[in-house]
Amino acid sequence: MRAFVVAVFAFLYLPIALVVLFSFNAGHHASEFTGFSVQWYGKALANPFLVEALKNSLFIATTSALLAALCGTAAALGLARVGARTRAVFDALLGAAIVVPGVVIGISTLVALVQLFGVVNPFVASLWPNNQPPRLALGYGSIIAAHGLFSMALVAMIVGTRLGSLDRNLVEASSDLYATPLTTFRSIVLPQIMPAVIAGFLLAFTFSFDDFIVAFFVAGAQTTLPIYVFASIRRGVTPEINAIATIVLVASVLLVVLAQWQLRQRKPSH
Amino acid sequence: MSAGTGAAFSMRSNVLRHNLLTALLLGPATAWLVVFLVLPFVAIAVFSVGERAPEGGYQAAFTLAQYANLPARATAFWNTMVLAPAGALACLLVAYPVAYYLALRAPERWRLILLALVVIPFWTSLLMRTYAWMYVLGGRGIPALLAYVGLEDVRLINTPGAVLLGIVYGYLPLMILPIYVSLERLDRRLLEASADLGATPISTFLGVTLRLSLPGVMTGFSLVMILLLGEYLIPTLLGGGKVFFIGNALVDLFLQSRNWPFGSAIAITLVAVSVVVLLAANRISTRLSGARRVDLI
Repeated sequence: MRAFVVAVFAFLYLPIALVVLFSFNAGHHASEFTGFSVQWYGKALANPFLVEALKNSLFIATTSALLAALCGTAAALGLARVGARTRAVFDALLGAAIVVPGVVIGISTLVALVQLFGVVNPFVASLWPNNQPPRLALGYGSIIAAHGLFSMALVAMIVGTRLGSLDRNLVEASSDLYATPLTTFRSIVLPQIMPAVIAGFLLAFTFSFDDFIVAFFVAGAQTTLPIYVFASIRRGVTPEINAIATIVLVASVLLVVLAQWQLRQRKPSH
Repeated sequence: MSAGTGAAFSMRSNVLRHNLLTALLLGPATAWLVVFLVLPFVAIAVFSVGERAPEGGYQAAFTLAQYANLPARATAFWNTMVLAPAGALACLLVAYPVAYYLALRAPERWRLILLALVVIPFWTSLLMRTYAWMYVLGGRGIPALLAYVGLEDVRLINTPGAVLLGIVYGYLPLMILPIYVSLERLDRRLLEASADLGATPISTFLGVTLRLSLPGVMTGFSLVMILLLGEYLIPTLLGGGKVFFIGNALVDLFLQSRNWPFGSAIAITLVAVSVVVLLAANRISTRLSGARRVDLI
């Protein structure tokens, strides 16, 4: 069985290792490694479209993860204060936001937003004094909102789990000692759930940064890094893509390791 | 004012404050869920009983014609309905021994590291990981190596086999995790008791281990199945336009041929199938050994 497990880990990591290795290939051809070079990284970072897509992705991932961390944490705190029935409704909706395939989230958001814009834009235009009324369109906003839906649900779930294992005695002790609710929250609850919030933020960032399918539908005229890479892959495999893939893989591995580490921090015993 | 009414007043204002704070905490999440989950779902449900406008897009109507037209995409449904369960089953067969080893056999100090090594690929870009297999299976990867030893013209990429491989690769971590969790919670004394009572290792495994880990198996299987029903990247990149999934049909209908009502009907059908899969999995695991919640991370 050990041999089988080793083989599975090799299966999981060898293809990735191969991409990383060939991103440093001096030669053009994918079949032979002709020497070490970082030229493909230089080529990739000198490509203005790629850099633009990378900047977009960083902006979208940061914004949606921040919003998700705030709203998701607030939701988890709120859910600890409501009755079982309200909680069940929220749990079902949050579960749906996580489990519904990205392709369905993407198309339904696309359909709903296009209909909404179709109503709002003429209305705003009719009220606007001059000929250039602002127009709502698909773009940053719609990608951030669609990514944030999944991420918020994820943060609410992670933080909710942590809240469930919170040491109640400390909270009671704090209020017995005449601490205000705000003080209790700041000095007892927040430090205990902070690792979960940070882990949630990091995973939300990783999800948004890596997502292709949701953004593919709601991006409008914008390009994110995965959308750009997908389009380039369909034109053919090049060493330049290996370099981008390596950067993205290394970045997400770092973030996930950081998130895992945060979750294991001060884990209450249970 | 007497002390009694004062206390009642302050209690009522406390309740009010409590409710107001709860509403403030839940407000943003509620708005988000309603605007970007519930309303969009209602929108595609409405679209799915509508008609296609002549220039593409949507025309209001109430007809089941879109649903009657579903057989027009029978190939996509067929591929998905065959490859999604097959993929989930293949994942399960590979995942179970790994989860078993991690939960019951791995040395204590290695366990968390190995578990992290399983989780990490799941959170890294599926696009990049699928791309890695394009690279390995493509003309200059394994086929080139095979040609070197004399096996010419082996075609690996753009086949159903390549899609299946990509599926196992992409979703293996999601299958390992829930099984690991249910095996890890397993009461080891049951295994000893079973052995003490003279059960063979195989009947202990079948009667105790496998049975008690079924909730994890069902969670993993249903999650992988549902995500596979909507899969687009793996069949597109490793199936090379030859192996169409429902996801491919949806991309085509929404972004290329712009037949939104028909696409909505397909999406609603997909969600309905997902719900059936979830309910069935839930039922099976409750009946066999009591349902348990499994965390995704």
